[in-house]
Amino acid sequence: MEATKAQAQGRKFSDYLLDYAIYFILGLILVVVVILEPQFLSITNFINILTQASTKGILALGCAGLIVLGGTDLSLGRIVGLSAAVTASLVQSVTYASRYYLQISEPVPLIVPFLLSVAIATAFSVFNGFGVAKLRLHAFIVTLGTSLITYGITCTYIENQSLGSAMALSTFDKAFVRIVSGTFSILGVPVPFVILYFLITAIVVYIIWNYTTLGKNMFAVGGNPEAAAVSGVNISKTIIGVYILAGILYGTGAFLEAARIQSVSTNTGFNYELDAISACVIGGISFSGGVGNVPGIIVGVIILQAINYSLYFLDVNAYLQFIIKGCIIIVAVAIDVRKYVARK
Amino acid sequence: MAGNTTLLEMVDIDKQFPGVKALDHAQFQLQSGEIHALMGENGAGKSTLMKCLFGIYKKDRGRVSLEGKEVHINDPRHALDHGVAMVHQELNQVLRRSVMENMWLGRFPKKAGFIDHKKMYEDTLKIFGQLEIKLNPKDIIGDLSVSKRQMAEIAKVVSFDAKVIVLDEPTSSLATEEAEHLFRIIKKLAGKGVGIIFISHKMDEILRNCHRVTVMRDGKWIATKESGDLTMNEIIKLMVGRDLINRFPPKTNKPGAVLLEVKNLTGKFMPSCIDASFDLRKGEILGIAGLVGSRRTELVQTVFGTMKKEGGEVIVRGTPVHNKDSCLAIRNGFALVTEERRATGIFPEMNIIFNSLIANMRSYEKWGFLSTKKMSKDTGWVVDSMNVKTPSQKTHIKYLSGGNQQKVIIGRWLLANPDILLMDEPTRGIDVGAKYEIYQLILNQANDGKGVVMVSSEMPELIGICDRILVMSNGRVAGILDMHEDHQGKEQELIMHMAAKYV
Repeated sequence: MEATKAQAQGRKFSDYLLDYAIYFILGLILVVVVILEPQFLSITNFINILTQASTKGILALGCAGLIVLGGTDLSLGRIVGLSAAVTASLVQSVTYASRYYLQISEPVPLIVPFLLSVAIATAFSVFNGFGVAKLRLHAFIVTLGTSLITYGITCTYIENQSLGSAMALSTFDKAFVRIVSGTFSILGVPVPFVILYFLITAIVVYIIWNYTTLGKNMFAVGGNPEAAAVSGVNISKTIIGVYILAGILYGTGAFLEAARIQSVSTNTGFNYELDAISACVIGGISFSGGVGNVPGIIVGVIILQAINYSLYFLDVNAYLQFIIKGCIIIVAVAIDVRKYVARK
Repeated sequence: MAGNTTLLEMVDIDKQFPGVKALDHAQFQLQSGEIHALMGENGAGKSTLMKCLFGIYKKDRGRVSLEGKEVHINDPRHALDHGVAMVHQELNQVLRRSVMENMWLGRFPKKAGFIDHKKMYEDTLKIFGQLEIKLNPKDIIGDLSVSKRQMAEIAKVVSFDAKVIVLDEPTSSLATEEAEHLFRIIKKLAGKGVGIIFISHKMDEILRNCHRVTVMRDGKWIATKESGDLTMNEIIKLMVGRDLINRFPPKTNKPGAVLLEVKNLTGKFMPSCIDASFDLRKGEILGIAGLVGSRRTELVQTVFGTMKKEGGEVIVRGTPVHNKDSCLAIRNGFALVTEERRATGIFPEMNIIFNSLIANMRSYEKWGFLSTKKMSKDTGWVVDSMNVKTPSQKTHIKYLSGGNQQKVIIGRWLLANPDILLMDEPTRGIDVGAKYEIYQLILNQANDGKGVVMVSSEMPELIGICDRILVMSNGRVAGILDMHEDHQGKEQELIMHMAAKYV
């Protein structure tokens, strides 16, 4: 049916199909899920998907800049793990007997763990940026190293509990948990705050990408570093700036993620970078650098989360879920890159 | 016309590379309001001298002064601050971004800390207006033609208020009328007192448009003369250090039976060729002329199969062939020397051996392994017969000059022993001496009974060595000019006339 239509309307229609292939895929997946399980179509599920996509979205927004620069970030997950662990250790309920810091008897103001989380993530991200900009390492290498370093630090930190066990940090102060799970109401539907945070972050990142010198220079450095250098763009400064932005977003994401999952272990953050990178490439951020936009990332994150959620909802076997997700990423990106591949 | 204040002076510049003295007491002097051509064969030191000016290379010795004051320039950005700017031959642009963003990159106009897109748009239009350039500042630069991208780049340089502008072979990829437009812009700038250094191999252009000419050879300054006192032959003599009476080797080839027929060829993805038909004989050199954007490249690429065809036939010796991709084309006896050497021709990080043999690696296999001896022998053949100037076969090709890179690529294809040799701008950016050698190579191929199709923007060379010239106009074949007939010296006019047929 579609094929005949495309032929009838000539190349224009197929171009249109290609340009919005990602959206069609999202639509198609949802249609299939709804046919299989009509109950899927509910506001609750929709809100659930957005809630889960929110923290991942903030992380993906950080990572996206690094991909636009022509790099990648393998350390995202472990940096998030470390920041989340530090956050968790400071926000445990003061009445919880096996809390990390027994000496804390009054709840710490939440701004402290937040700033600490951001500072830690930013420090490691800047370290990555330094490796890329100054030591001229490929982002793959330096972030691979950083991921091991931060993982080691996280494990050491968590195992260093006063009661001497390596158990997950949990039982958080109510005020902390409410930051994420607290809701406001739109037309009577309770919406968790975290969705709002994601929206605000996306707007801020959109503005940085499109209305600041750092953003424009990021596209220039990613698209053609030589041209950028000749035009007087400070390449190292741009790279490090983008890594700082990524660090701030990782720290924010880690803080919110701790509140969302309400328990942080050495395993927290594991493979988050893969989700973030997948969301970016699904959202049209080119791995060759210099191409991408914020709405694309948001769609990418939501597509990925919708797939995750619907597979879970349909009770698909966990191992099969991996296989399906893998296929979807490859197919989606393969279709999406068609519009950039020069047709000859 | 040229003013009499000295803008730029470079004296006694030395630069030593491992094993080569690239500059030896080189000098250059530029007046305000002057268009000054810098000429020399490839490897004569023009680029090295300019790179020393821009701080890309550190000079070993010598003095650079701007308006009488000695300056020490560290990098191109620093040069811009001094009002010295360059438009590179290989345009350095961020392809996926807009014209105006490329223009103001590194110094975006801002309002309250955010980028002011409106001002950026207006400022861009203002500069385009001054230079009579018609471009939409919001277009994505990668979607534009080379000539438009070049205009944008010149406008960018102008926006820096540069006093000294270096243009590195700006017309090498432009058709005649686009080049004329460029010269109008350049003259306008010179009229405002800007000094222009013009690097080019096109002598007729230089004699018509430049005030003075400086010639370099072997890293040394040879002469600086008023262009009115020079003739083409004198420039050539200064450049090569000897008389080069004929720019073209004598035509000795004799076209024979029909080798290739192309019938009603139309490309699948426009812009491409439309309903193109022509034939090619054994031992014939068929030129393809046309304006930039007339889809000459698309025609040869569609014949070769690297661009898809929608309809039409390619027939070799009476048998239809289907060149679905380059592998099949090579098997069918075709070879294609591509236009954009850097993008589609060379492997810069690989050595001469790899670059010479890559199209035909399989023939060096011996029990599944590559025979070093045979590879070295064939590379030797390429280096010797093409007269490639290289320290060794193991030199990375990126260290060779443009002309020598081109010789290696042509050599690569000749090794595959094709029947039909398609060449897209084979002499672009190559100096006179090397051009002559390449013409000779082309003629030798025709003499050996091969058919040669040669796309070129330089009409004199097409007229000089082709048997017939096919003129493209907007994707269609506008006509074919037989050079064996007498056109009373009006070939260029006839070609121009045909080139405008479908525009």
